[in-house]
Amino acid sequence: MLNIKTKNRLLIFLSIFALTIILTIFLFKTLRNNVLYFYSPSEVSKTDEKAFKNNIRLGGMVKPGSVETDDNEIKFIVTDYKKEIIVTYRGTVPALFEEGKGVVAEGKLKDKNFFLAKRILAKHDENYMPPEIQESLKQNAK
Amino acid sequence: MLSNFGITVSIISLLLTTSILYLSYYDLKSSGNNVSKKIYKFAFFQIVFTFLGFITLIVAYVISDFSLINVYENSHTTKPLFYKISGTWGNHEGSLLLWINILVLFSFLFLILNKNKNKNFKLYTLIFQNLLISAFLIFLLTNSNPFSLLYPIPTEGMGLNPILQDPALAIHPPLLYIGFVGSSIYFSIALAALISKVDSKSLALTIKPWVSVSWTFQTLGILVGSIWAYYELGWGGFWFWDPVENSSLMPWFLMTALLHSVLVLERRIGLYSWVIILSILTFTMSVVGTFLVRSGILNSVHTFANDPSRGLFILSFLALMVFSSIFIFFKYAPDDNKNYKIFSKESFILANNWFMIFFLAVVLIGTLYPVFLDTLTGQKISVGPPYYNFILAPFLLPLLFLMTLGPKHKWISSDMIGIFNIALFISVILFIIIFLSIKDSSILMLLILLFSTYLITQTIFDFYEKFKNKNINLSRIISHFGFGMLIFSISLNQIYSVEKSFNARIGDEKNFQNYTIKFNNLETFSKNNFKSVKGYFEIIDNKNTTSQNLTPEIRVYNQPEIITYEASINTRFFSDTYLTMSNISNSDIFNIKFQKKPFMNFIWFSVLLISIGGILQFLRFEKKI
Repeated sequence: MLNIKTKNRLLIFLSIFALTIILTIFLFKTLRNNVLYFYSPSEVSKTDEKAFKNNIRLGGMVKPGSVETDDNEIKFIVTDYKKEIIVTYRGTVPALFEEGKGVVAEGKLKDKNFFLAKRILAKHDENYMPPEIQESLKQNAK
Repeated sequence: MLSNFGITVSIISLLLTTSILYLSYYDLKSSGNNVSKKIYKFAFFQIVFTFLGFITLIVAYVISDFSLINVYENSHTTKPLFYKISGTWGNHEGSLLLWINILVLFSFLFLILNKNKNKNFKLYTLIFQNLLISAFLIFLLTNSNPFSLLYPIPTEGMGLNPILQDPALAIHPPLLYIGFVGSSIYFSIALAALISKVDSKSLALTIKPWVSVSWTFQTLGILVGSIWAYYELGWGGFWFWDPVENSSLMPWFLMTALLHSVLVLERRIGLYSWVIILSILTFTMSVVGTFLVRSGILNSVHTFANDPSRGLFILSFLALMVFSSIFIFFKYAPDDNKNYKIFSKESFILANNWFMIFFLAVVLIGTLYPVFLDTLTGQKISVGPPYYNFILAPFLLPLLFLMTLGPKHKWISSDMIGIFNIALFISVILFIIIFLSIKDSSILMLLILLFSTYLITQTIFDFYEKFKNKNINLSRIISHFGFGMLIFSISLNQIYSVEKSFNARIGDEKNFQNYTIKFNNLETFSKNNFKSVKGYFEIIDNKNTTSQNLTPEIRVYNQPEIITYEASINTRFFSDTYLTMSNISNSDIFNIKFQKKPFMNFIWFSVLLISIGGILQFLRFEKKI
């Protein structure tokens, strides 16, 4: 038979184990609900519209000549040279935002051609291209 | 010339390091109670030569020697002297050299400051520390050499990104590196203690000052980085839960856990193995942080020029380090004896450790999950701040509560202390006042406010008691008070922040909530290395009819050619007013973002208080010896 010491240890071990499992499940559940999926314009056109209830990140190049500013908002087109999406945004853009360069916008899709951005992401390095964009551009070039 | 000199000096450092390893190994077997004099001499030359290497690189930056690729890529002749010097560690190669310098410095300090310790314990520590040094020197020389030559020699350098030309960012890496790399010495000490079977008390006393020092610097480093992000990145936040920020926070959790559990070990009540594990984990997490930042596998708003081969080296080094420490741990770990009751200081400190480990797990999972998902399924995701806030916030409640009660308990065993006291009474009254002045907020936020108020009032009471009873630990009071203030200010900051984005032309006036913003004028002027467009804004608070003037700027730097948007921040005691402006289509319409950020001063000040606690802990320890 198990003596008391071993029994106690077993009990402590099991309760810690159970607690860890509960916390992990809780953790991953929260994680699932709070991730932002990354899409390129081509991926957006292929994906089911139900997926667009949540915030996503949209990445691609800012189409040259597409940037417009009016009294209310900024409007520009994000392209991956296959598909295009019109993005509207209100606020300041990061310093490295430029026509013909890479951009990542965070926000919601209104429909497959129209994106409401809440945030435009900043990158420190002027030569830097987000790896996701690089990859999706590479795939499109094939 | 500087290149040859730098490389020679680094190779000499490597040779000296291997000699120290060799000498220490042979000295283990010799009789005698003291570490051989020869080792001291070699250690002295090791630090001189390593430091010389660093000085060489600084000189190369100061005189703009573009025959070095590293200088060419990161510097420019017209750059102010201060940023020429700080540019030395503003890049991967230079920062690696700084990393090695700190490793050697800690190794040297350990050797000369622990004259009376057990000989073999010291020698083993030296061996482990020098193994780390040689690994990083090899990495420097083979993969990331800051002294690499460039031919033909360019006449002008590429310049440093102006956003990095900032006093806060100049001191941020050295501070953080003393924290990160400082943990190497207790990694080495922990492994050495296992092998040479050192008892709890001397292990605790040996690592304690190093833990306080690295913890303090880590805290300050995080603070400075956060302040920089606040005014330079222009989004008005102070913490973004960005992977690179997380990499500095994760070792901090472990250091905090270690800082507390060492107190238990010092009184010989147990936790010997746990302290060893924490020491190993802390340095491991520091190397993981470096790996994450430098290998480029993370998608971060902070971007560093990346190179996969660096990641591979750090990863293999990491694997080797972890496996050998696990091996040493299982081979030598002694049995722990626990003999304390549930209501004792030890239990509360252990609870602190559980929380720190939990926080670490949360942040680690949030940081690595995107990497794993990408590798396994190719799906690109990022984990947003809501994940961290949602999970961490509720756990702040018990943490704050235990932080309030824990320190009042005695060591080994103590009665359950009543939680109903004057401090609680006062904090409830304070809380009711706060509650009545806040219109709408979540229950969780209110509870956090209540519990942080309780911690603050309780520590103030403790501070008062300190005058009657000299035995109370002042460093603990200040750090815990700072933490209470931090949570309190962050909560109020969250509740009261105001944000408004809009587009405007010169002469426009915008009204919203209680504010009127007038775009009065625009001016262009040029300076030494940039041209600037400055906007003149007047912000009128209609509630108390005060007005303030803000002048955000758009700067176009010429070397390298980069646009930056300079936020204009007006700091008042209780609240910051924050304005940024951008223009993207060369039209006369500007994008404006207005923010009201309350209690920012309080947030910075509380983190400073937390780190002051660390300094006091270190000084207190020095006095005792």
